[in-house]
Amino acid sequence: MSKTLVEKIWDAHVVKSEEGFPDILYIDTHLIHEVTSPQAFDGLRKRGLPVFRPQQTVATADHNVPTLNQLLPIKEELSRYQVDMLTKNCAEFGIELYGLGHPFQGIVHVIGPELGITLPGKTMVCGDSHTSTHGALGAIAFGIGTSQVEQVFATQCLLQSKPKTMKIEVNGALGQGVGAKDIILYIIAQISAAGGTGYFVEFAGSAIRSLSMEARMTVCNMSIEMGARGGLIAPDQTTFEYIKGRQFAPKGEEWDQALAYWKTLYSDEDAKFDSVLTFDAADIAPMITYGTNPGMGIGIADKVPATLAQPTTEQVSYKKALDYMGFNDDESLLGKPVDYVFIGSCTNSRIEDLRAVADFVKGKQKATGVEVWIVPGSKQVEAQAKAEGLDKVFEASGFQLREPGCSACLGMNEDKIPAGKYCVSTSNRNFEGRQGPNARTMLASPLTAAAAAVTGRITDVRELLEKV
Amino acid sequence: MRKFTKLTSAVVPLNIENIDTDQIIPARFLKATTREGFGENLFRDWRYNGDNTPKQEFVLNNPTYSGKVLVAGKNFGCGSSREHAAWAIQDAGFDVVISSFFADIFKGNALNNGLLPIQVSDEFLAQIFKAVEANANSPLEVDLENQTVTIVETGKQEAFEINPYKKSCLINGYDDIDFILAQTKLIEEFEKN
Repeated sequence: MSKTLVEKIWDAHVVKSEEGFPDILYIDTHLIHEVTSPQAFDGLRKRGLPVFRPQQTVATADHNVPTLNQLLPIKEELSRYQVDMLTKNCAEFGIELYGLGHPFQGIVHVIGPELGITLPGKTMVCGDSHTSTHGALGAIAFGIGTSQVEQVFATQCLLQSKPKTMKIEVNGALGQGVGAKDIILYIIAQISAAGGTGYFVEFAGSAIRSLSMEARMTVCNMSIEMGARGGLIAPDQTTFEYIKGRQFAPKGEEWDQALAYWKTLYSDEDAKFDSVLTFDAADIAPMITYGTNPGMGIGIADKVPATLAQPTTEQVSYKKALDYMGFNDDESLLGKPVDYVFIGSCTNSRIEDLRAVADFVKGKQKATGVEVWIVPGSKQVEAQAKAEGLDKVFEASGFQLREPGCSACLGMNEDKIPAGKYCVSTSNRNFEGRQGPNARTMLASPLTAAAAAVTGRITDVRELLEKV
Repeated sequence: MRKFTKLTSAVVPLNIENIDTDQIIPARFLKATTREGFGENLFRDWRYNGDNTPKQEFVLNNPTYSGKVLVAGKNFGCGSSREHAAWAIQDAGFDVVISSFFADIFKGNALNNGLLPIQVSDEFLAQIFKAVEANANSPLEVDLENQTVTIVETGKQEAFEINPYKKSCLINGYDDIDFILAQTKLIEEFEKN
């Protein structure tokens, strides 16, 4: 019987399937971090259980670590306690930890692919909704709650009902200044922040195929922002070349065997999806969000949609979002002043993101009054950026290159945007208060963020590119 | 896990759509390492001013409303996987959350903690809000065994869906780990293949 890619991987991991019960799904790799694991470790202690497969579990500290002076003790007491707790728990239960100071430390969804831990055909989970990122390599990867973290610790399995499948095709060529982040913000704006709920999404089509591996991660990363549990892309030559030679990737004979299997990982031609959506890459402009959920996005030259154009039941919530942002119906965002620019997060903190920003800002200065933070996704990304001299470019432009972590994406550490201030952010969520109480977030691509940093205003990056 | 069978209670109405997990419990309050105490920061930035004084107009600060049932607009719990959102709601005294649509991860987290998420139709949700507007103490009856929600004053009732396995977990107070642990042999056999 023909199968979708999700079905192929899922079926290969079902330990038991019984009518009236969720499947028992085997998990190949469990990634953990300091925020959503302590209660799960506690649960194990209360039940007197070990971690069932500690060698299939990998830990890092990312959510609340500082991004300056990482080798000094963490100043914020509760953050320090949580990071220390992770260290203690990993030692007690025999789990490998890439903590602060380790050359592999970084945002959990950046280090998985970068270390060759994330591989096609795997099942992977983490107590973090952006686990969908790993789907870019052709894995089933999704976020779980802490009770489920405890389940996976205890059994290396999850009770999980098979999700419905959706195919999202993006075909054609992307315009100048338009990238992976614009693709995903465009899709979410089209189908809403709940348009994918209940589904596992496979991204396909020529525009997706043409993306680099890291760009694919940006697309899959934000699957959850349309409500989808996960997103994935069938592995191809781009995937295999990316993986080859990475730290924990299979080598020698194992590589050959793995590669042969990976080449079977695609949706059969006549496989049936529960839903299929198709978009044209030529319709996508550089995107920016104007509201308080990721579905509230527009092409940067478009106007903020009118409240009265929304469904009646949604108008109150819509108006509340515009009021929070300080925006009005039918106005253009172009030229609006910006206070902060944040380039980072599991969505856009990889070396290609940093290269794109450096290429654009080389020889330019940040605008007066704008604070620009560049937070690399991992120690390896940071080291690579320095090896390529990107740090010098950023320094000359007045952009601050910090140390790796989740940082201002969710403001769990000191990196918060002050109340009322506007931040163009390459992260994934523009929820009220996400970057700090009453902070106003506008999501965009690294290029659009860099353009805002240089001009101090919301800017259509295409205009600056044409001048080059 | 806490058991749940039947409940009759007034409700706390929160007629806002797309309530995300950062509103339910902002990230800066996720630093505790136990499951308790998150209730005091439930809806923190809607509930308190910057100087920690309560915002009187917010429903949780309004003594007119009370009860063990939180009723909210469509797409409740979207955003992060933080189970702290379910813990915070439960810790603030709620046993049931009703909405016309739930985000997947939130729903799973709620069920794993004995907090019952009930999805009703848009029409029924509007009827609940209307009943509470007319009478702040208007009681709602939630019957898990029969999978029904009833607006007691009007007698209007709607059936709701729940996975039969999850239903039995809630009624009996056992969780997924208890269920899977009983199958360790199968898991080990799976690993050999």
